[in-house]
Amino acid sequence: MNEPRKLLKGETGDWEVVVGLEVHAQVTSVAKLFSGAGATYGAGPNENVSLVDAAMPGMLPVINKYCVEQAIRTGLGLNARINLWSRFDRKNYFYPDLPQGYQISQYKDPIVGEGSIEVETEDGETITVGVERLHLEQDAGKSIHDLAPRESYVDLNRSGVALMEIVSKPDMRSADEGAAYFSKLRTIVRYLGTCDGNMEEGSMRADVNVSVRRPGEELGTRTETKNVNSIRALRQVIDYEARRQIEVIESGGTIDQETRLFDVKTGETRTMRSKEDAHDYRYFPDPDLLPLEIDPAWVEEIRASLPELPDAKKHRFMKDYGLSAYDAAVLAADKEKAAFFEAVAKGRDGKLASNWVTTELFGALNKAEKDIADSPVSAKQLGELIDLIADQTISGRIAKDVFAIMFDTGEDPGKIVEEKGLKQVTDAGAIEKVVDDIIAANPKQVEQVKEKPKTMGWFVGQVMKATGGKANPQAVNEILKKKLGV
Amino acid sequence: MTNPADLTLAELRDALKDKKLSALEATDAYLARIEKAGKLNAFITVTADRARDAARACDARLAKGEGGPLEGVPLGVKDLFCTEGVLTTAASHILDGFKPPYESMVSGNLWRDGAVMLGKLNMDEFAMGSSNETSFYGPVINPWRRAGDEAALTPGGSSGGSSAATAARLCAATIGTDTGGSIRQPAALTGTVGVKPTYGRCSRWGIVAFASSLDQAGPIARTSRDAAVMLRSMAGHDPKDSTSVDRPVPDYEAALGRSVKGLRIGVPKEYRVDGMPAEIETLWADGVQWMKDAGCEIVDISLPMTKYALPVYYIVAPAEASSNLARYDGVKYGHRAKEFDDILSMYENTRAEGFGDEVKRRILIGTYVLSAGYYDAYYLRAQKVRKKIFDEFAGAFEKVDLILTPSAPSAAFALGEKTADPVQMYLNDVFTVTGNLAGLPGASVPAGLDAQGLPLGLQLLAKPFDEEILFKGMYALEQAAGFTARPDEWWG
Repeated sequence: MNEPRKLLKGETGDWEVVVGLEVHAQVTSVAKLFSGAGATYGAGPNENVSLVDAAMPGMLPVINKYCVEQAIRTGLGLNARINLWSRFDRKNYFYPDLPQGYQISQYKDPIVGEGSIEVETEDGETITVGVERLHLEQDAGKSIHDLAPRESYVDLNRSGVALMEIVSKPDMRSADEGAAYFSKLRTIVRYLGTCDGNMEEGSMRADVNVSVRRPGEELGTRTETKNVNSIRALRQVIDYEARRQIEVIESGGTIDQETRLFDVKTGETRTMRSKEDAHDYRYFPDPDLLPLEIDPAWVEEIRASLPELPDAKKHRFMKDYGLSAYDAAVLAADKEKAAFFEAVAKGRDGKLASNWVTTELFGALNKAEKDIADSPVSAKQLGELIDLIADQTISGRIAKDVFAIMFDTGEDPGKIVEEKGLKQVTDAGAIEKVVDDIIAANPKQVEQVKEKPKTMGWFVGQVMKATGGKANPQAVNEILKKKLGV
Repeated sequence: MTNPADLTLAELRDALKDKKLSALEATDAYLARIEKAGKLNAFITVTADRARDAARACDARLAKGEGGPLEGVPLGVKDLFCTEGVLTTAASHILDGFKPPYESMVSGNLWRDGAVMLGKLNMDEFAMGSSNETSFYGPVINPWRRAGDEAALTPGGSSGGSSAATAARLCAATIGTDTGGSIRQPAALTGTVGVKPTYGRCSRWGIVAFASSLDQAGPIARTSRDAAVMLRSMAGHDPKDSTSVDRPVPDYEAALGRSVKGLRIGVPKEYRVDGMPAEIETLWADGVQWMKDAGCEIVDISLPMTKYALPVYYIVAPAEASSNLARYDGVKYGHRAKEFDDILSMYENTRAEGFGDEVKRRILIGTYVLSAGYYDAYYLRAQKVRKKIFDEFAGAFEKVDLILTPSAPSAAFALGEKTADPVQMYLNDVFTVTGNLAGLPGASVPAGLDAQGLPLGLQLLAKPFDEEILFKGMYALEQAAGFTARPDEWWG
């Protein structure tokens, strides 16, 4: 057993929180898992419904090969074992938004077995979280109860849409770790293009398993909080459940194995159903579908087509561009941002590029509430701006002004510098003339600087002011030192 | 001129091609017979107008020398097949008013080949039954009666409408489905030929599901030739059914009459039950002799797993059915209870009203055997035994080409005779369920009459996808038996 990493203080001593997540990720695909109906978000009510999705008599499911490919791709991205033989089972229960009366899922034999991923927490630690399994299953439709007082409505657009359920091992020890794991999973599936990770549209949601124990003891009884659909809520659920469970146990109670719901308004969880009321889903192999047998050559083909994954990218950024682990992780966390950075950094100073991309560009985008895809400044333009700094056409300070104009207008930096006359003055003669004028006009300061050389900064400021910031700071310093004799 | 209804399907097909009569004449002749045969209760829906329209279109094609292999042939369809725009009930109250906006693949294949639909045939509710007495639309009456006795007999089940309509010549042929014997047993009880092809031969798409791993469509016809013609049109790969098999469909008719000399016929000693009439035993021995006389080699075989087949079947089939029938919940189509307070009582009342007793019984059995704590003892064990049955047949078929058995343990019995004891009723399938559990092709061929003048059938089973050998054997048996008896047309 691992040494406890994180402990919570209770009234009676230390506690360890144990967290496991079951993440439902909607597979990015044109069609549903077992029917040809569209799987895209945003259609009108019941527009994306085939005869199969509506469970008409005699209709049969046919597996969508692309969804299988996506599951394999995700499994490979999670460094997991691909099961070459898997099977679909029926999970039986009644609900109006489940037209078949059963969900087709994978119970005993999932398509993907054990794997693991590296997760960076906010405090800079890297932990390994095990993946128990990944399986494919159908989503249910949506019941709408608030359109009419005595009626419920059902929208089957989601009915039959492919989901991947990714089950972690109970390897997380805090809300931070749970949130970091979820974010990392999101990053990976977005990299792979297997799930868009859009939580507002319900593309990714988690069932959160939480238990507490005394350090070193066996796992405690866990509760499962269903359908948590934001990282903020995920943190709240873990924190709330941990504290609730510790309180219950410390006041002499026991934890019931139960399913709970999270209330976004109060930030609390409450009982949904107890173990006694748990459904008996009567799982059995779906006789309408043959076992899924996968050709290992196909798996290798998919493996060969995988993009560079975030961890590999992070390490490459550190090595190739000399970035810190933190900067590299921030850039690698998003495929588009990483690609943007690379386009800027290629053939340039990596650290300078990283600073401009993460601080200036991301800062401006954040402020403007824009995505990298909508950036008014292209990677080519930002690269050109960095080139202007590197060849001393403009100073770093002027570059910030130029960047602001670029961000507003989308114009090329060269054009802006040209039109606004922002070219750095490196002509020593011109600078000398300005310096001479200032020295002549300020005899007191000249006396002073001989005693306190640090006050030379005042002269630098005056020169920059007189040149509208365009004077090359290095040249200004050198000339001032020479003329003032410091 | 003879009544077109007296022609076999193959004869009618040829007569239509030769323009000796029109498709409309044939259709009218059958519709007239259907109209007079109301007492048999074989049809749930008669589609007379649609049939005449289709027949006219057939005649137009035939006049131009066009048309498919079944052009103008009037057929009946078990009401388990979804038919586009035509009421499809599965003989259940719960599918009240259900008109599918799609056509089952198998029936669609028949229409593609030019056949004309006369209507939808009665059956046991959701194909659950062996006597047609579980139909919401009332039992079908067997055209056959015991000599000197007017008691109404069962035409078998679940494809009882299909068997009765074929025997009474209300259709040139019919299609049914066989989950545990639902084609072969009714064929045996009505003196008709019934074929259950290999699992995967015919698409299940658009057939109301009973037990998905066992259901298979097939023809009930007057002769093995008619059945061969029908199956060739019905069969074929369907990408919409994952369990359908992508293999070429042979010309089964061409297999008829090929020599059976040297075929090895297995005779399994376990195909006997207590109380089986001696006449069936004798007929079986006759069948063995006929095949021997035709040049076959007779091989005594043993299939000791046979006794477990029925228990296994009555675990597997209800388990799948309990899940397959969950979709009939009153939410989307069919019957919905008028009185309810909430979603749960809507489900409960709808299903309580909509399903008959036998269907409820099987849903309960199926739900039970899949429940936590019982799954391993029942469902899982049944699956293991099913595998052993499959393996046992595979072993037997290394030694033999066909297996010959009786089709059913009794001749047609009276309505009400076995309804009190479900187990007695289930025993009807004792010789046929094995074929479903192992996915084998099988057929029942009429082979003789018992002392009361009721038809008896013999069953042949073959290796998966060996339907050509099956038809060869059926034809040999048919020739030797020379079965020509017909029921008296007491119904009108």
